Amino acid sequence: MGNLFKIAIRNLLRYKRRTLLTASLITVGVVFVLVFISVTGSFKNMMIGQITDSMLGHMQVHRKGYVASIENLPLNLNLRPDDVKQLEDMLNKQTEIEAYSLRIKFGGMFSNFVETTNIRLNGIYPDKELKSVPLLAARVKEGKKTLDKGGIWIPELLSKGMKVKVGDAIVVVATNKDGSVNGKQLIVAGVLESATGPGGRDGYIHIEDAMEILRMEGMEISEVAIRLKDFGRLNAFSKKLEGLISKELNQPDKTIFELHTWERLTPFYTIANMIDVMTFFIKLMLIAIVLISIMNVMIMAVYERIREIGTIAAIGTLPGKILNMFVIEGFCLGIVGAVIGNVVGIVLILILNMLKITFNFGQQQGLILQANIYPYDLIVISATVIIVSVIASLQPAFKASRMEPIKALRHV
Amino acid sequence: MEKVKTIPKPCFEPGQGFYKKEPAMPLISADNIQKDYKTGEVTVRALKGLSFEIEPASFVSFIGPSGSGKTTLLNLIGCLDKPSDGKLTVADTDVIHLDRKQSASFRGSNIGFIFQDFNLIPVLTVYENIEYPLLMVQSVPALEREKRVAALLNAVGMIDQKNKYPDQISGGQKQRVAVARALVTNPKLVLADEPTANLDHKTAYMVIELMKKMRDEFKTTFIFSTHDQKIVGEAEIIYMLEDGELKGKEIKGGKNNG
Repeated sequence: MGNLFKIAIRNLLRYKRRTLLTASLITVGVVFVLVFISVTGSFKNMMIGQITDSMLGHMQVHRKGYVASIENLPLNLNLRPDDVKQLEDMLNKQTEIEAYSLRIKFGGMFSNFVETTNIRLNGIYPDKELKSVPLLAARVKEGKKTLDKGGIWIPELLSKGMKVKVGDAIVVVATNKDGSVNGKQLIVAGVLESATGPGGRDGYIHIEDAMEILRMEGMEISEVAIRLKDFGRLNAFSKKLEGLISKELNQPDKTIFELHTWERLTPFYTIANMIDVMTFFIKLMLIAIVLISIMNVMIMAVYERIREIGTIAAIGTLPGKILNMFVIEGFCLGIVGAVIGNVVGIVLILILNMLKITFNFGQQQGLILQANIYPYDLIVISATVIIVSVIASLQPAFKASRMEPIKALRHV
Repeated sequence: MEKVKTIPKPCFEPGQGFYKKEPAMPLISADNIQKDYKTGEVTVRALKGLSFEIEPASFVSFIGPSGSGKTTLLNLIGCLDKPSDGKLTVADTDVIHLDRKQSASFRGSNIGFIFQDFNLIPVLTVYENIEYPLLMVQSVPALEREKRVAALLNAVGMIDQKNKYPDQISGGQKQRVAVARALVTNPKLVLADEPTANLDHKTAYMVIELMKKMRDEFKTTFIFSTHDQKIVGEAEIIYMLEDGELKGKEIKGGKNNG
């Protein structure tokens, strides 16, 4: 086998310019795919990170039907106190969970005593919320990064629009599930940086203030946001938790709880999917580049070496060995293209990171591009290139192996 | 030149010529072989019922004008092609019924080839070209390979050129390498189609002498085709071909001619 490699490499070096051109083409393809994957992957991860770590959490539990009506923030679909207790008991036993946060979500009116506008409010335990969505604190651009009872974090949009600053008193008015209206004066404790999506207009108050405004006697929770220790185990854990909930909490004839991972809770999941689809098509383009370039060069190689093929066949080289000889040539070309492509791609990604390129995502501006490439991607891309190179070589190699030596020797 | 026999349908049996004293099993036995080529609707008969036998360790030449069927006949003997009709046995093997893979194996084990254009593999050195059949065809162990290649490099006088590539040596040297490559597997038969056509007379003569020397040393049968009258004289048995028919056989004094 070593000798076949030796002959293949020497044959590749024999036509240096052509080999260089083909290897360059494959290299460019690999570099393009790696840079694309790293940039879009980083963008996707950053997007998912922003959404899960500043608003959603990794997964959420609601009462059945709540998510379907989530735009209305229906208070009558909140979890009852007994249900919450049962759920908390279960969550506390799960070692995979880093933190979870109970939320009462409701819509209300926000007044600065001059003007009034609507607001979406989240009643939270601040310490639990900040553990479950740790980037929330980073979004507090003015004021305290802690939220005490009687305080409110308001979104930047409202702060600007209503000309409200940290320390100002405001009034929140809301209607509870029985139709009774109540209000409470709160002090602006912080202004939240804008976020993309529905959560961008959310304000935060202490859960006890929320209960007071809504005149709740027991704690009726709209959702429980859960953060995992390992985001990579999201699917496995969601299946496990779903199983536990349906087995231990939901009644046979009545489903109370519903579990949703972040993908089901935000439209950005569609964008993430689109990025995956684009990546898939870019990979297809790479496959086409490798397939066409290797096949072209191998067809040329066979055509130019017909007499050589005739000679080695006449000497007694078996057809299988002749086939291997040409397949290995394609294989070597693929390896060269993949290796150089990986090296150049990694260097380019490092340069991109050093340049600290910024971009805007929705209302979030100045995000720094952090292009990352994982060993898994390098292995998959390299393996794809090498396998496609071998496949592309098969047809010309097969043709070479099937050549009649007598005809090949007569070839001029 | 002494013409031994000229018959409409030649058949040269053992016992004639140099095998008279010690009859041996023929290495090649051709019985009424024919070869037809089809070009569109026209069928051209290139070989018209040839019968002959060639004994081991012979130094044989097929001569004849261009188009007489020399190359076609050598291709049939070399299992590169198959007769349209007749029987052909090489080294006790009915080569007509070998399939593609069996033919390749048979050639690798029994036949060496020397080509008019040398046909050395350009990406391999002189040493590697000679080593190629041992390595890629017969899978001979490294030590044995080294021994055999070195012996042949010495025998053909190319030991000091062993690391050169084909494009760095002369035509005569290339053909010496080709002779060594043909012999390295210790074949029973070496076929050389116009081996001296691309060489000057002096070099051609040296190559033929080398082939003879190798025959003496390795007891290999050499069959070559040529139309060069000066070279023809070096053969010990000469078959004359014309229009696909054997027109005669000449036996000259050779070491095996008794």
